[in-house]
Amino acid sequence: MMSTEGRGLVLEENLLFEQSQPGRVGYSLAAPDVPMTVPDAALTRTEIQGFPELSEVDVVRHYTRLSTWNYGVDSGFYPLGSCTMKYNPKVNEAAARLPGFTDIHPQTPEALNQGALELMYNLQRDLGEISGFPAMTLQPAAGAQGEFTGMLMIHAWHEANGQKRRKVIIPDTAHGTNPASSALAGYEVVTVASNGILTKEAVAAVMDDDVAALMVTNPNTLGLFEADIRGICDLVHERGGLVYSDGANLNALMGISRPGDIGIDVMHFNLHKTFSTPHGGGGPGSGPVGVVEKLKPFLPLPVVTKDADGYKLDYDRPQSIGRLKSFYGHFGVLVRAYSYILSMGGEGLKRATELAVLNANYIRARLEPVYTLPNKQRSLHEVVFSEDGLQNECHTLDVAKRLIDYGYHPPTIYFPLVVHGALMIEPTETESKQTIDEFCDALLAIAEEAKDNPELLKQAPVRAKVKRLHEAMAARKPKLRWESE
Amino acid sequence: MRYLPHTDVDVQQMLEQIGVSSIEELFSGVPENCRLKKPLAISDAKSESELLLFLKGLAEKNSKTSDWDSFLGGGAYNHFIPTVIDQLVSRSEFYTAYTPYQPEISQGTLQAIFEYQTMICQLTGMDVANASMYDGASACAEAALLAIRAGKKRHKVLLSQGLPPQYRETVATYCRYLDVDLIDVPLQDGVTSQQELSALLDEQAAAVIVGYPNYFGQIEDLAAIAELTHTAGARLVTAVSEPLSLALFKAPGALGADVVVGEGQSFGIPLSYGGPGIGFFAVRKKDMRVLPGRLVGETVDQDGKRGFVLTLATREQHIRREKATSNICSNQGMCVLMVSIYLALYGKQGLRKLAELNYAKATYAKNQISQLKGFAIPFAGTSFNEFVVTCPEPVARLKKRLEQQGILAGISVGRDYSDLKNGLLICVTEQNSREQIDRLVLALAGGEA
Repeated sequence: MMSTEGRGLVLEENLLFEQSQPGRVGYSLAAPDVPMTVPDAALTRTEIQGFPELSEVDVVRHYTRLSTWNYGVDSGFYPLGSCTMKYNPKVNEAAARLPGFTDIHPQTPEALNQGALELMYNLQRDLGEISGFPAMTLQPAAGAQGEFTGMLMIHAWHEANGQKRRKVIIPDTAHGTNPASSALAGYEVVTVASNGILTKEAVAAVMDDDVAALMVTNPNTLGLFEADIRGICDLVHERGGLVYSDGANLNALMGISRPGDIGIDVMHFNLHKTFSTPHGGGGPGSGPVGVVEKLKPFLPLPVVTKDADGYKLDYDRPQSIGRLKSFYGHFGVLVRAYSYILSMGGEGLKRATELAVLNANYIRARLEPVYTLPNKQRSLHEVVFSEDGLQNECHTLDVAKRLIDYGYHPPTIYFPLVVHGALMIEPTETESKQTIDEFCDALLAIAEEAKDNPELLKQAPVRAKVKRLHEAMAARKPKLRWESE
Repeated sequence: MRYLPHTDVDVQQMLEQIGVSSIEELFSGVPENCRLKKPLAISDAKSESELLLFLKGLAEKNSKTSDWDSFLGGGAYNHFIPTVIDQLVSRSEFYTAYTPYQPEISQGTLQAIFEYQTMICQLTGMDVANASMYDGASACAEAALLAIRAGKKRHKVLLSQGLPPQYRETVATYCRYLDVDLIDVPLQDGVTSQQELSALLDEQAAAVIVGYPNYFGQIEDLAAIAELTHTAGARLVTAVSEPLSLALFKAPGALGADVVVGEGQSFGIPLSYGGPGIGFFAVRKKDMRVLPGRLVGETVDQDGKRGFVLTLATREQHIRREKATSNICSNQGMCVLMVSIYLALYGKQGLRKLAELNYAKATYAKNQISQLKGFAIPFAGTSFNEFVVTCPEPVARLKKRLEQQGILAGISVGRDYSDLKNGLLICVTEQNSREQIDRLVLALAGGEA
C-alpha cells in the first residue's frame, strides 16, 4: 500500500535482515587464479543462517538513512560534560587516511616503518611536554584501559619495592571507571567524600600504610581545580603511596599547569577528548599514559625508542607489566592527535584551554540566575547545575529531552553523583559566542516552560526520530539481536 | 586559528557578562604553586598545507603492503576493503557523535550496533553479542575474567599454546593481580593436545581458551575440546583472530563453545599499523548478565514505535563502579560500522566465496612450498589462510633475503615457540595473486623472482 508513512524528512528504514532478498549481492570478487580446493566437508558449515543478502545500493542507502537519525558535533552543539566534544578537524581524517599510514602491517620489520615509529616517538615527546611526564606509553586503547595500565604500573612498582598494599583512595566525584580499573588491578577501593574540592585533611583521614595510591581527576568532574593537590601529593608520598591523575579534563590545563610538575606520578590522556580525535559513536578512543621516571621500567611492552640506527620497538624490559592489547595502540587515532597538535602549536593549545574555560564560565554566568549551582567556587572547563529549583516536578531528564526539541544534544545528566540531578555542561573552545547564546536562551526558555507548561518537558522530545523510549522495558525483556519470525 | 571562533569583541563581551576583567582571572582557582611558568615547547602551528606535506613525508617513510608481495598475517590481515565503507563511515553524523546516551537522537548508531550484534551472533553461532571491545586480545582477556566471575570458586584458566602469543600475553597482563592461575596447555601436531588438556582439567578450572583457527592457522577440534571442558564443568572460550574463517568452517557455537571472542579487523578495517581494530564478544544466554561491555536492545517509544537503546547497564562501571563486570567505557563505534558495512556488502554468499578463495590460495601456496627441498609443513591438520613452514636456513636470514626481492615472507615463530626455531608463519589472502605466490615459492627456493 502506498502511504505517506515513512516518507518525508525522517525516512524509515528496516533492519538489514528484513530487507534481504535471496540471491542479491553487494560484492565483487576476482576470478580464482588457483585451483579451487575445499576443506574436508566434516569441518565446514552450511550457509550462515539469517545473514543479509543486499545490493551495494541497498547498503549505501541503509547506512546513509541511519546516519540522518544521529546527532554529531558536525550537526550542532554537543555540550556533553566530561566528554570534551570539540570539533573534529577534517584534515586529521585526511592525515589518518594517507596510504602510508593505513596500509602498513604491524609485523613489518621496524626498519621498514620508520615514519610510523617516528610519529609515535614525536607524539610521546609532545604529550610529555604538555603533561610534564618524562616517559609515555601510547598503547592503551582508551581512557579506561589507560587507567588500568597506570594502576598496574603502580602495583608493579610497589611489588618491586617489596610492598604489599591493598587499597586505593578515590574521591566520590570520580568517574565510575576509576574504581572499576582499580579493582581490576587488584585493589580495594576506599571512597572519600570531597565536598567539591578534596582537602588534605580528608585524605589524611584515610591515608595509611596499606594505601597504594590516591586516584584523582584534576580538574575534577565539577570543573574545579584541586587546589590542595600539591599538599595532598606530598602527604601521599610521605606515606609511601603514589598519585594517579585521570586526565579526562586535561582540556582545562594545557599550557596552564602540568600534572607531572605538581606531584602526580601517573596520568592517562584521552586523545578523543583533549586532542580532537572523533568519538566515533562510542570509540575507538586512545588512552596514552605518562609516568614519572621511577615508573618507566614498568611501561607496557613494547616501548618506542630511538638510537643511532633509528626508531625501534623495545621488548627487552624485564620489569614491564606486559601488553594490554595486540600491537602498539590505536595508531590511526594517534595520527589524528598528532595532526591536531601540529595544527595548534604550543600557543594554540594554550589558547584552546583559555577559550574552553571562557566558554564554560560564560554559560555559568548566563544560567546561574535561573539554574541552581551547588558549587560556587571558580570553575574551569565545565559547569554543573542541579535540578533543584525546577518547577512542577520537572527533572533533569525532562530538561535534557526538551533540549532535543530545541535542536541540541543534551549535556551529561545525573553525573557526577554528588550533585542532585546533575546537568553537566562542557562547551569546549570550538563553539562561538553566538552558538552558546542560543543554547543558553533555549535552557532559559525551558526553565520558563517548566513553570508554565511542564507537559512540554515531560512529553519531550517530539521532534526527534522517535519519542521517549521505554528503557526499562528493554532491560526487563532483553531483545539483543534480530531473529527471523 | 580556524578551529577557534572567538573574535576580540566576543571575548570582551563574555568577560563582561562573567564579571571579570581578563581570561587570566578565570584561572584564579589554580594555585601559584601549580602554574606552568613557561610556554609549552611544542613547535609552532603549521598551516593545513604545511601539515599535510609534513605528514605525507612521514607516511612515505613506511612500507605499504600494496608495494610489496606481503604474506604477513599473525593477527592482522590484508583483505580488500570495498570503497563503499570509507564513503559511509566518513558521514560525520556517525563519526562525530559519541556513545548513544540520548537514544532519541542516536537511532542511527544504535540500530547499526543492533545489526552488528546480530551478525556476530549469526557468524559465531552464539546467542548474544556485545557492542564490541578494544580488540581480539583484550576481548580474550575479558573472556577469561568472565569465566572466573561466572565460575564462582574456580580460579584456573587453561590457555592453549596455540592461542596467538599476543593474546596470551594480554590475558596474563589482565590477570596479573587477580586471583587467577594461568596454565599453559601444550600442543601436539600444531593443535591443542587433548591428552594434556584432560590431564590439566580439574574442578578448579573455570575456562579453557583455544584459538580457532589457532596462531598457526590450524583448525582445532573444538567439539572434542568442548566435551572435555564441559565434563570438567569449565567454560570453553574460543578466540578467533581471523574471523573470515567462520564463513567456511563450522561455527564455534555449533561445536560447543560457551564464549566466542575475536578480532574483527579482517572485516573492512585498515591494517593501520595494528590499530584500531575491534574485539567481538559473544556468549550464551546464560551469561548475558555477566557480559562485559555495552549492549544495545530493542524497545518501543511512547507511541509504540520500534527503537533501540543501550541496555542492561547495571553490569557496567558507571553504575556498578568497582563491582562492574569490566572497566570498559567505550566500544569501537567507528569500527563496528566498518565491520557491519563489510558484512552487509559481502553478505551470505560473498563471505563464503571470499573465505573459500582464501583457503584455496593458501592451500596452493602450502602445496607448492611443501615440494621445495629442505622446506617442510610440520603440521598435518587443516589450516585456513595461514600455515607454518619450517625452513632449511635461519628465518631471519631468509626473511632478509626475500625482503631484497620485494617480498615480506611472513612472521618468524621461533621467538615464541622454541621447538619451531626455523618456523615461518605465512599468510595468503585474496590480495595475493598467483604470480605473487609463485614469486614467493621461487624466492624461498633460492631463486631470483
